[in-house]
Amino acid sequence: MLFEQILFFIAGGGAIAGALGVAMLRNPFYSVLALVAHLLSLSVLFLLLRAEFLAAAQVVVYAGAVMVLYVFVVAYVGGADDPLRPDPGALGSFGPIFALALFVELSIALVGSSLKALDTTGAATGAGFGTPGRIGELLLTKFLLPFETASFLLLIGAVGAVVLARKRRGLEGPEGPPTVSVGEVLRGGGTGS
Amino acid sequence: MTMQWFVALSALIFCIGASGVMTRRSPLVVLLCLELMLNAGNLALIAFSRMVGNHDGQIFALIVLVVAACEVVVGLGIIVAMHRRRLPIDVDKMNRLRG
Repeated sequence: MLFEQILFFIAGGGAIAGALGVAMLRNPFYSVLALVAHLLSLSVLFLLLRAEFLAAAQVVVYAGAVMVLYVFVVAYVGGADDPLRPDPGALGSFGPIFALALFVELSIALVGSSLKALDTTGAATGAGFGTPGRIGELLLTKFLLPFETASFLLLIGAVGAVVLARKRRGLEGPEGPPTVSVGEVLRGGGTGS
Repeated sequence: MTMQWFVALSALIFCIGASGVMTRRSPLVVLLCLELMLNAGNLALIAFSRMVGNHDGQIFALIVLVVAACEVVVGLGIIVAMHRRRLPIDVDKMNRLRG
């Protein structure tokens, strides 16, 4: 149990540090790298919660595919330094205050929760909890409709992104290298997830 | 570790993401902070799934992962389209749907 606690605090600290890095760092490129660190720490937390398949999917889909897409777009758009608000007036300082109020509210909800099981370390689980076999079995039996809807949503997303990112003169015609590369990445991301 | 730790951590990450969405100006970083918020939700879902002892929360988190991937793809497509039309990459100046 001690090892589990040490691992939780290391991974939780890494996740918080990564999240702060995403929200605070000026350069968008460093923000993307901080998000990669955050996702890796989060996958360790998923492993602690016995969600093996989701931890692997998190690393492969997010840290692998989606973050590469982000890095490409940051490099394409040009990751100029993004100053935080030049004049943090009333509206500029509103964001952190709102987030703090939200956290206080969520903490009150958590402390005052009547869920007794929140104080336990979780229900007893069998040997195969969270393995790809069990998840896949559920996806193809009990959760077949959400699974199919998600695949349809991925198709819609891929087609929509190609329509958004193409040049305005129709689908045929001379297309520059950026259009081609974005299309390739999107198609790869669509089938990969 | 009791489940309270995981849920409190997820609330903290969600709030950091929310503050980032409201303070940053680059739409790229706003999308990244949205990812943070979705991931915090995922962590809470998986913690509750472990608490109850069945897989429903994990399937939900997997579907959230798919929706997040779609959102990223469409959002980045919009940013690339903005860049190509020489529009400023700044959410403060994006206040019309027809550019």
